[in-house]
Amino acid sequence: MEGVMSHESDLNLKATELRLGLPGTEESTAKNNKRASPELVDDGELFKLESDAKAGDRETAPASKAQIVGWPPVRSYWKNNVHPKKTEAETGNYVKVSMDGAPYLRKIDLKIYMGYSELFKALENMFKLTIGEYSEREGYKGSDYAPAYEDKDGDLMLVGDVPWEMFMSSCKRLRIMKGSEATGLGCGA
Amino acid sequence: MINYFPEEVLWHVFSFLTSHPDRNAASLVCKSWYNVERFSRGKVFIGNCYAISPERMISRFPRVRSLTLKGKPHFADFNLIPQDWGGNVYPWIVAMAKGSTNLEELRLKRMVVSDESLELLAKSFPNFKSLVLVSCEGFTTDGLAAIASNCRFLRELDLQENEVEDRRGQWLSCFPDSCTSLSSLNFACLKGEVNVAALERLVARCRNLRSLRLNHAVPPDALQKILAQAPQLVDLGADSFVHDPESETYNKLKNVMQKCSSIRSLSGFLDVNARCLPSIYPICINLTSLNLSYAPGIYSKELVKLIHKCKKLQRLWILDTIGDKGLGVVASTCKELQELRVFPSDLHVVGNVAVTEEGLVAISAGCPNLNSLLYFCQQMTNAALITVAKNCPNFIRFRLCTLNPTIPDAVTMQPLDEGFGAIVQSCKGLKRLSVSGLLTDQVFLYIGMYAEQLEMLSIAFAGDSDKGMLYVLNGCKKLKKLEIRDSPFGNMALLADTGKYETMRSLWMSSCGVTFGGCKTLAEKMPRLNVEIINEGDEMEGRPDDRQKVEKMYLYRTLVGPRKDAPDFVWTL
Repeated sequence: MEGVMSHESDLNLKATELRLGLPGTEESTAKNNKRASPELVDDGELFKLESDAKAGDRETAPASKAQIVGWPPVRSYWKNNVHPKKTEAETGNYVKVSMDGAPYLRKIDLKIYMGYSELFKALENMFKLTIGEYSEREGYKGSDYAPAYEDKDGDLMLVGDVPWEMFMSSCKRLRIMKGSEATGLGCGA
Repeated sequence: MINYFPEEVLWHVFSFLTSHPDRNAASLVCKSWYNVERFSRGKVFIGNCYAISPERMISRFPRVRSLTLKGKPHFADFNLIPQDWGGNVYPWIVAMAKGSTNLEELRLKRMVVSDESLELLAKSFPNFKSLVLVSCEGFTTDGLAAIASNCRFLRELDLQENEVEDRRGQWLSCFPDSCTSLSSLNFACLKGEVNVAALERLVARCRNLRSLRLNHAVPPDALQKILAQAPQLVDLGADSFVHDPESETYNKLKNVMQKCSSIRSLSGFLDVNARCLPSIYPICINLTSLNLSYAPGIYSKELVKLIHKCKKLQRLWILDTIGDKGLGVVASTCKELQELRVFPSDLHVVGNVAVTEEGLVAISAGCPNLNSLLYFCQQMTNAALITVAKNCPNFIRFRLCTLNPTIPDAVTMQPLDEGFGAIVQSCKGLKRLSVSGLLTDQVFLYIGMYAEQLEMLSIAFAGDSDKGMLYVLNGCKKLKKLEIRDSPFGNMALLADTGKYETMRSLWMSSCGVTFGGCKTLAEKMPRLNVEIINEGDEMEGRPDDRQKVEKMYLYRTLVGPRKDAPDFVWTL
């Protein structure tokens, strides 16, 4: 059974406070925010509480993105069969690879490579080019090409600076840069 | 005068009493009726396996042939109860084996069943005929092999949505050649391979086979061969359906389906190409039950085409991909519909907008016989519920689940109190209700006032104060099961009428306002209740503060005191 982490105790208290309002008092929609106190859980289900387009200015429950255990109330067996949790192991880590000047992009699964050297070999094969030697100080020497990638923040980074595992998790797409642009990216002055 | 009837007459009269509430009532009339009844009761139903001990059950009903047991609380279905909570069937089987019970049928729900239990079961009861396991766990295909090998007169092996460890054994091959008595075989929940040849031979020799539900491992080619051997089938479940409408298998399947004119119930389709659905069109006209809740691969257009042919449908389980428009087709086609379940294809609140109040209103207008509903929807309105209540006053089970648990009326932004109020007021026979959406104490006032036949109520993220819970406890005289989560009900409501809980089977409260002190007080006052606290995590060192809120409380009436198999994390106060 996946771990159930209860939310901090003060939020639970807030959610379950006994109200002293008179019966029949008009409920303001602001009440929503106090009542629902979802237990945070790590079962991979995102329970997004944003209003959708159809709703217009419809009030929704707590604006925070929270995950609620056991909601919607569907049998686990059914859930696991109809909504299988796709683990990373199954789906692979495909990223787009673009090369400056090439007519179309390619996609590769980063999961299948053990490290940078295997990745470079694959890229060299795929695009019929050579990638030079990496050095921390001078980037990629010995070729006109430099492998770069776009990370989670959208920044263009030089491949090779960070450990492979870190690279795998932060790389969103690859870009093989060539020519003068490449020389600007950490290649020797 | 009736006291002077000879026992044989009473016995004969009681043989017509089949429902256990009727038998329970008869047994309360007088001592002699109690005795005749208890010796004549063959079917025993125990809604909470911890309410009574196996030994006492056997001593009261020595002639029990069929036993139904339920273990874990309902919310266990939604991962709210940790593993190893309990609900083990083994002590029951041991006791019945020792007591030489002539057990013929065992039906279990939400229980833990070990291979050891199954082996003991298989070897202890020579007349054993029927095993039905629903939402159980703890066994493997080895246990099934024991059943297949030893139960010479087995008629029914029905496994519904169990977690079974598949040992890749040949359990199906364990049915001896002499086994010809099977009328129902359902192994759809098994994940592993089966010996398809053995299956085909088994089907061929069991001429009384009426219900067959296969798992995903049985390929379409085998399905077609099996159906050819069993045109008398009434209920069919097939997870692995044909993919290629041009294939030979598809043609064979189409032809064989046309001969299966007895099929009334269909399920499965986990893995199907919608273009192959026309192969089942010939049997659609006869279908009374269709379960497509495991078929995410069938898109709305195909679903609608299929349903359009099912004019005699009484029960429909479907995914919300059918959409409001699709439900409109159901409404205009399935005039005899009694039960509808619409499951969420997307578990997020904001996803593809699936079904809304419009679909439900359409159904209620087109299907006046509707009496059972489970409806997961993006949004709801009071106006819609009021219309539904007017159109369908015959609801026995009404469960509505808004994907956002506290969503208000989509049009007026008001709580959904009035809508549910209309349902309970109109549906005088309502026995089961689940509410959701933005709800205040008012809805509980209505429920307490009008839901006179209500036996089970599920509440989540609703209400404002203890008053809400009190309205229900005071008003619903027939309430048996109450389950509440994430609602602001506290000690005041819990302790207001402690005697009430002895009239009920159980109460579940989680993430509410009840404290340890409140639960302790209740436990002290009511010795015939087990008040169990489930503690997860390590906050539970030493005595907790009385003022501390309880995460999960489950209390139930019992004649046998605190259970001895409670794990570490369950405290019986």
